[in-house]
Amino acid sequence: MAKVLMIHPDKCIGCRNCSLACSFVHEGQFRPAAARVHVYSWEREGFSVPMMCQQCDTASCVKVCPTGAMHRDGATLVEYTKAKCIGCRMCTIACPFGNAVYDGVTGSILKCDTCGGDPACVRFCPVHALEYVDDSISTRSRKKAFASKFKEAFQEA
Amino acid sequence: MNAWSGTILRVNLTSGAISREATNRRDAALFLGARGLGVKILTDEVDAKVDPLSPENKLIFAPGPFTGTFAPSAGRYHVVTKSPLTGGIAGANSGGSFGADLHYAGYDALILEGKAAKPVYLWIRDDKVEIRDASHLWGKWVPDTTDALRQETDEDAKVACIGPAGEKLVLFAAIMNEMHRAAGRGGVGAVMGSKNLKAVAVVGTNGIRVADPKAFEAAVLKGRAQVAANPVGGTGLGTWGTDVLVNILNQIGSLPTRNFHDGYFPTADKVGGESLKAQILVRPKGCFSCVIHCGRVIKVTNPKYAGEGEGPEYEAAWCMGPDCGIDNLDAIAKANMLCNEIGMDSITMGATVACAMDLYEAGLISKEDVDGLDLHWGNAETMVKLTKMTGLREGLGNKLALGSYRFASLYGHPEYAMTVKKQEMPAYDPRGVQGIGLEYATCNRGGCHVKGYTISVEVLGQEPKMDPRVIQGKPAIVKIFQDLTAAVDAAGGCIFGTFGMGGDDYATMLSALTGVPYTAETLLQVGERIWNLERLFNLHAGFTSKDDTLPERLYKSPIQTGPAKGMISHVPEMLPEYYRLRGWDENGVPTEKRLEELQLADQLVGA
Repeated sequence: MAKVLMIHPDKCIGCRNCSLACSFVHEGQFRPAAARVHVYSWEREGFSVPMMCQQCDTASCVKVCPTGAMHRDGATLVEYTKAKCIGCRMCTIACPFGNAVYDGVTGSILKCDTCGGDPACVRFCPVHALEYVDDSISTRSRKKAFASKFKEAFQEA
Repeated sequence: MNAWSGTILRVNLTSGAISREATNRRDAALFLGARGLGVKILTDEVDAKVDPLSPENKLIFAPGPFTGTFAPSAGRYHVVTKSPLTGGIAGANSGGSFGADLHYAGYDALILEGKAAKPVYLWIRDDKVEIRDASHLWGKWVPDTTDALRQETDEDAKVACIGPAGEKLVLFAAIMNEMHRAAGRGGVGAVMGSKNLKAVAVVGTNGIRVADPKAFEAAVLKGRAQVAANPVGGTGLGTWGTDVLVNILNQIGSLPTRNFHDGYFPTADKVGGESLKAQILVRPKGCFSCVIHCGRVIKVTNPKYAGEGEGPEYEAAWCMGPDCGIDNLDAIAKANMLCNEIGMDSITMGATVACAMDLYEAGLISKEDVDGLDLHWGNAETMVKLTKMTGLREGLGNKLALGSYRFASLYGHPEYAMTVKKQEMPAYDPRGVQGIGLEYATCNRGGCHVKGYTISVEVLGQEPKMDPRVIQGKPAIVKIFQDLTAAVDAAGGCIFGTFGMGGDDYATMLSALTGVPYTAETLLQVGERIWNLERLFNLHAGFTSKDDTLPERLYKSPIQTGPAKGMISHVPEMLPEYYRLRGWDENGVPTEKRLEELQLADQLVGA
């Protein structure tokens, strides 16, 4: 069964352990600028949202890639092959989420590869704001949270 | 270099000169970074006798080697300077992401010298550094300053800035980063204001290298698991925030009440972390690389005190609450938000209002002295008003801006100031908790709990558990806590990480990260080295052993009610043993022998 990275912004505390772990695993150093997951924080509201590649079924980045460097072969991942990349950055323009990023230091596109099925961001998130779950149950926790509100309302009535 | 960036950035605000120098490897190994490196630079370069608000004083921002890595809850930077509040060394650290970005930009320290002719801010993007005009920002509060700077520089810039309090030289002004995080104590914001420096905005995109990545990851995972399993670090702080301490301290009768007239406040629960969670909490928040998340995002809807922001943490809830006889959480939250927005240390602010109320209740200041306000105990509205007036230096606030010691002295009664070395003591009554009293009395930055948090073993059940009421064994534990804390501070760690991690854990992480072998023992020695160097700075500034003491009230007036009724502090009985353990003479001066052992022989001996 395919798995997806599930984001729970309501749980995110904005600590950026995900970005740290990501850059550490992929780059061998702590360089969040090169992380495949970024956390955006609204300080006035105290709200944070982690963002990373959604591994779209119909991926714009794959469609616009002229060399096949960005490709989707299997069921779960949009993959990136650096050897085929000419650095045109069309994918960074095409991604509707801004989740494909060009890194000037390494001359590569940065996008989430789920660490081969054991995402470091998930392992290092201290509050489970990121989960790697079967795609069929990815929204179950949200459904259940909403359902429990119904339950409470009915019990009160 | 691994862990260290290898470069120190120096900016002279008088001349506009910007220069770089290599981080001294020996200093880095001996002092780590942050508090340690900052203290080393300050003592090397600044005469301890300078006027803290003159161009001759320097302001140093420094991340530690952990800062910017995923070492658990260790993303902090330290601000080191000479304090305008105490006249001694000031060291204030803060979390958030500013320190990490400063480190990613490539700097182990930023040294600010001189004084700009007009308001300026510093804009750092990696190796590009500019001094820019800040005239249009002068007068702006912290959130608006932060937003404006992001528009002018980079929307992801991390901004550390002062608010009106720093500009107006309120002696306990803070430096705020990312709006809500404070390098709070000792008036570091006033030093920044005295240099006409409104802000430092930074974007860093470089990496931090690790000597032994596998060993570092393993040590970090072990440390995280230990913090998660600790009842304080893993559960208490994240669930209820530091404000969970209100009820804990009140239950042992050591919650200072009405300017330390008492140690028990019957309605304390109304301002504790449990009430905060139930009434105003939106969600918890963590600093950079945090695994604890004690931060509180809050919203107050009560129209009288409405607002959105963060806090209050325990100290603010106490000093703006029970210490003023107040049990109104909304008012406390509002005053705390004002401190963040105007840029002030909430502890000194609340405690200074408590001192003013005390003088008023005693009839030592009159209604005319206080702009016709009602300063009776418990008046929440007055407390909030005075907080804003102080930050903006309006009316009575202009005098409160001096802190409680100087304020009480204006009326001839400095004994009403609950201060050590002119800095206000925090929220643990040293009559009911003896060890923390010795920490207050001996702390190099004046009345302070976090530089030797014995509460951990005296109250919170950490090992080795100790009876808070006795003095036996306290000098030794105070020394250990002070030294370990100095090392953790210097590494860039948050002291809350010690709820779960010990000296061995920090040493293992630091060795793997830096490639320099540390043990728990040598790490404690790093801390002791820092502590002694701070002490030397203070001695040169004019402090003596007479300053290692608490206000008379704590020796002569016992706690009146509650579980610790009848108790007084016994600091004078503990002090000689503390000096002995430190290898200091009977006057509290480090001996040459001890300084040699600490590799400080070249440092200020006999100077």
